[in-house]
Amino acid sequence: MPDGLAVQVTDLVVEISATGTPVVSGVSLQLAVGQVLGLVGESGCGKTTLALALLGYARRGLRIRSGSVAIGGTDLLSLRGHELERLRGRLVSYVPQDPASALNPGRRVGIQLRETLTVHHSGLSAPEVRARLLGALADVGLARQESLLRRFPHQLSGGQQQRIAIAMALVNRPALIVMDEPTTGLDVTTQAHVLDTIREICRTQNAAVVYVSHDLAVVSSLANNVAVMYAGRMAESGPSAVVLRRPSHPYVTGLIRAVPDAAARHRLTGIPGQAPEPAARPSGCAFAPRCSLAIDICRTVDPPPVAVADGHLSWCHRAGQARVTSQDEADAASAAQPEADGPEPLLLVSNLNAWYGGTPVLAGVSIRIERGRCLAVVGESGSGKTTLARAIAGLHREHDGTVMLDGQPLGRSAPQRTDRQRRAVQYIFQNPYGSLNPRRTIRRILEQPLRHLPPGGQRDPLTRALDRVSLPATVLDRYPHQLSGGQRQRVAIARALILEPELLICDEVTSALDVSVQAVIMRLLDDLRQQGLSMLFVTHNLGLVPSIAQDVVVMASGQVVESGQAPAVLARPSSPETAALLAALPRLEAEGAAGRP
Amino acid sequence: MKWRPSRSSAWFRAARTTRGRVGLLLVGLVAAIALLGPLLTPDSPTALLGVPFARPGSGHLLGLEYVGRDTLARVLDGGIRILPLAAIATAAGVGLGAFFGISAGYRGGAYDEIVMRTLDVLLAVPQIILALLLVSLAGASPLLVGTAVVLIHAPQVARVARAATLRAAREDFVKYSQALSDPPLRIMLTDVLPNVSGPLLVESALRLTYSIGIIASLNFLGLGTRPPFPDWGAMINENRIGIGQNPWPVVVPVALVAVLTIGASLYADALSRATAGIELGAEGVLVAPVDEGGRDA
Amino acid sequence: MDSVSPAVGQALPRPAAHRRPGQVARLVIRRVVLGVLTLFLLSLLVFAATQVLPGDAAQAVLGRTATPAALHALRLQLHLYRPAAVQYWLWISSLLRGHPGLSLATQQPVWNLVSSRLVNSAVLLALVSACAIPLSLLAGVVAAVRRDRAFDNVSSLLALAVAAVPEFVVAIALILLLASAVFHLLPPVSLVPPGTSVWNRPAILVLPVLTLTLAVFPYIFRMIRTTMIEAMESEYVEMALLKGMPLRRRVLAHALPNALPPAVQAVGLTLAYLAGGVVVVEYVFGYPGIGQGLVNAVNARDLPTIQLTVLLFAGFYVLVNITADVISLLLTPRLRAR
Repeated sequence: MPDGLAVQVTDLVVEISATGTPVVSGVSLQLAVGQVLGLVGESGCGKTTLALALLGYARRGLRIRSGSVAIGGTDLLSLRGHELERLRGRLVSYVPQDPASALNPGRRVGIQLRETLTVHHSGLSAPEVRARLLGALADVGLARQESLLRRFPHQLSGGQQQRIAIAMALVNRPALIVMDEPTTGLDVTTQAHVLDTIREICRTQNAAVVYVSHDLAVVSSLANNVAVMYAGRMAESGPSAVVLRRPSHPYVTGLIRAVPDAAARHRLTGIPGQAPEPAARPSGCAFAPRCSLAIDICRTVDPPPVAVADGHLSWCHRAGQARVTSQDEADAASAAQPEADGPEPLLLVSNLNAWYGGTPVLAGVSIRIERGRCLAVVGESGSGKTTLARAIAGLHREHDGTVMLDGQPLGRSAPQRTDRQRRAVQYIFQNPYGSLNPRRTIRRILEQPLRHLPPGGQRDPLTRALDRVSLPATVLDRYPHQLSGGQRQRVAIARALILEPELLICDEVTSALDVSVQAVIMRLLDDLRQQGLSMLFVTHNLGLVPSIAQDVVVMASGQVVESGQAPAVLARPSSPETAALLAALPRLEAEGAAGRP
Repeated sequence: MKWRPSRSSAWFRAARTTRGRVGLLLVGLVAAIALLGPLLTPDSPTALLGVPFARPGSGHLLGLEYVGRDTLARVLDGGIRILPLAAIATAAGVGLGAFFGISAGYRGGAYDEIVMRTLDVLLAVPQIILALLLVSLAGASPLLVGTAVVLIHAPQVARVARAATLRAAREDFVKYSQALSDPPLRIMLTDVLPNVSGPLLVESALRLTYSIGIIASLNFLGLGTRPPFPDWGAMINENRIGIGQNPWPVVVPVALVAVLTIGASLYADALSRATAGIELGAEGVLVAPVDEGGRDA
Repeated sequence: MDSVSPAVGQALPRPAAHRRPGQVARLVIRRVVLGVLTLFLLSLLVFAATQVLPGDAAQAVLGRTATPAALHALRLQLHLYRPAAVQYWLWISSLLRGHPGLSLATQQPVWNLVSSRLVNSAVLLALVSACAIPLSLLAGVVAAVRRDRAFDNVSSLLALAVAAVPEFVVAIALILLLASAVFHLLPPVSLVPPGTSVWNRPAILVLPVLTLTLAVFPYIFRMIRTTMIEAMESEYVEMALLKGMPLRRRVLAHALPNALPPAVQAVGLTLAYLAGGVVVVEYVFGYPGIGQGLVNAVNARDLPTIQLTVLLFAGFYVLVNITADVISLLLTPRLRAR
């Protein structure tokens, strides 16, 4: 193996055992010692499958068909059974996405950390073991916290759990560490801390790191090199500074434009359509159906890697020919919007207090939403933003204070409201997979609210609603499980639109969606707002605010800590919580990771 | 409500697996004997024809049983009372249990507590013993056996239905209906019930298997069908003594009951595998578009 | 929220390294209370049911030939003229004081009849537990670890078949096979002369124990197989695999401890269910246990015996369930050390 290369993957193919359908097709990559490679892609692209294959492992139902994974000169895929066991955790280690599930709930974390060391190094003495364990803890920022080892996983916070998981991956000083989205599921502040830790580790250990993520911004701040996957294949790879600033592949370009940015340097633009399932991957370039630059050859021939520059490869027939700049639709100001602080706001909440089974969750919250404007409610989990949204929607009864819609008081729960009020306020749930009845067709789902419409309404309300969310009428006869997450969320929005609401409450409606799909939905919501719909947009991601909201309210511990017009708050936050949230947001460094070799 | 393909095809999908097919075949075989047998009886099942426990011989394919009646005739006649009773009692038990389970799960509160505590009391008594208790009070009869079966099944089904209802009622689409202020009955019928029917279906098939077993056991103990009507369970008990002389009056009903219950159980198992697939997709779901953005298989 | 503290993570609720003794005690008390409540309700049910009877106890005891005077006298003695609530109170209070009354059939104290039978059934139950539980746990674990391979397929299918068949069929089939025409290895009935212990002739224990073991095996087997499979497919076992932990360690140290608690509860339920199976099996083999006693009592319409026996069975069920829940709790650190 060439000198200096810690990892060399060649033509890796992973397929579904039962059908032979490839999930990862012919992927190659390489890493030098001490380098960090960001492996980026959206759901279904095969990045986790690839990450696991780096340990010679395939999940149930999948099988590594061919290719080689050479780490430190040894091809893992040529090994069997015990030999492979000996290398896993020692030569190459894995940091899981969800530490809470990856740690054995029934055993103390110390035991789980210790066994990683002792099973691979059986000859160590007890003091040596202890020293190495403490060293590992220090490496992950848990120095002098030996008492943590005696706890069970559920007694640790999310951040601590993840650090223990990282410690387990480090303790044997492996040549390659594979990190699979290790900060997903952590709140923004903890995420930032863990990322700092990882940066430190990358700097001090001499290991190569593969960092798998769907979050371009996180990857840009960590990785020297980046490899973007789409539909089981490589799309583009190269130094992160270059790929993220001057992408060559149309998919990567589209992805970058879909990344939320609190500084609002570009208008959020999504990629229409969705990624194909493994069984439905088209011949030729997998991205062709969604690509605005596609030509005939793209639909028939698999694009070979094209060297755009030194170390920068793009798997595209039109690489280097037509450059899609990222300035296309930048600075496109949103259409004129209604003034803030108008005569009578659509929604006025005064001094709202709420409880959950006796425990207070909201205290003295006051907000206002003007017609035709969107208010973003931002905060970490536990800040009370969802409770606020639900209380306004009539889904959370335990509250007091005044909630006025259009000058009229709003009942605390749905049955206490008038028909007109129930129609006027509609709520979109976070999880597109739970908000539609899986046993009903889309048609039946959309017909449900029709019952509550006053007579003499629109002709053909279903088609009209689908039109407004850009869904074809063919979805009417499908079942929810046949639609993608983005499509389901659009159905949920269509369902809300049927009642011609005045206020749309969106509760983290894009959190479960891929970045490119998220951008499409955000654009859709913004369009709806411009058509006159007022909105309450709840999110934990400050980066989304510029794309949708004119006003913003920041919440922490059940109280409003800051409010005002969005551009002002984001540019000059006055509360420490807002500042902390802004600082913790990973930023897509278009200038690239700060000059690392 | 028109039938949706995803629900009714569970029956068919189960029937297409090997397990399901074998199960249905076995059940069909025994059911045919049970239901058509009475039409094929050569001799009267109640006539005394000779020496008890006579071995198979002239005119008596399976010999004679403990009072001298023709074994074959009694075998052919002995199943017809089990199956319809089992089916009806199971349906009643499942219906009752589902009603209480779903309503308790959805409404919660005091109603839930009271219903479940009451059912818990019934559950504290092992099945056979509950039946024995009833018999000691009201005397042996098929109606009593049926009632006992209903009381045995209802609490268990209620538990399953309640658990499934709790899961379903937590889902957002139910909250949506509540936000629209749809009446609770409508929500239970159109939102909860279709999502609970999967587990209930499997329970029904299982319960049918148990019903057959319980009824046969009670008949065996002499608490069900009254003499002189033939019944497989009772036959096994009555003819035990003469196993050494003529084993057929015991062996044949034993085999029939065993085949029936095993077949029903196989099909129930196939059904449970088929319905497990509905919400999760087939085994190959690993690589389908997944639940959370950013996480794939 | 310490959003600005250094890389330590967030503040924690108090960590308990040891289980809090109060936790277990509280659970036991709650269950016991619930159990007592259940038994109480059941006794009401059992008693109320007797009121529904056509005819009455006095008639049943003295028979048809009784004179009205004798009937009247016995009714007075049995308090049958008192209001139902009073009768219930009299019955339940004497029951709790250890005097469950006289058997209608034998005019002997019910307890005498029941106690020796109780011991015999207990012996049976103990033997069955000792055989069935380890066997099914082992088989279930092996089947789960070697999932979908030969052992698993065969044993799962067998478990399905045996579970489907009613106990009496299993019993008769065993008799046919082992105690009569095919092989005459064991006695077909388990009779003992009254007053002697069942241990005098151990051979009579074999078939009943075997039958009950077969009856119980499939349920425990399937339960532990399911929980083991769930554990083996869990993310934490996958993580252990990715750390290079060998199979034995993954099975014994990671999967099994998490698979046991729910299986323990299933074992409890199964044992409780066994009580019902005991009735049929004792009847078939003529084993002098409490199940056979119940059947005899039912045939004789001997109400006091029936009532006591039913309550004993229910009490057993409640006890076993509480024990299983407690053991299951003790095995689950997450619930203990909150």
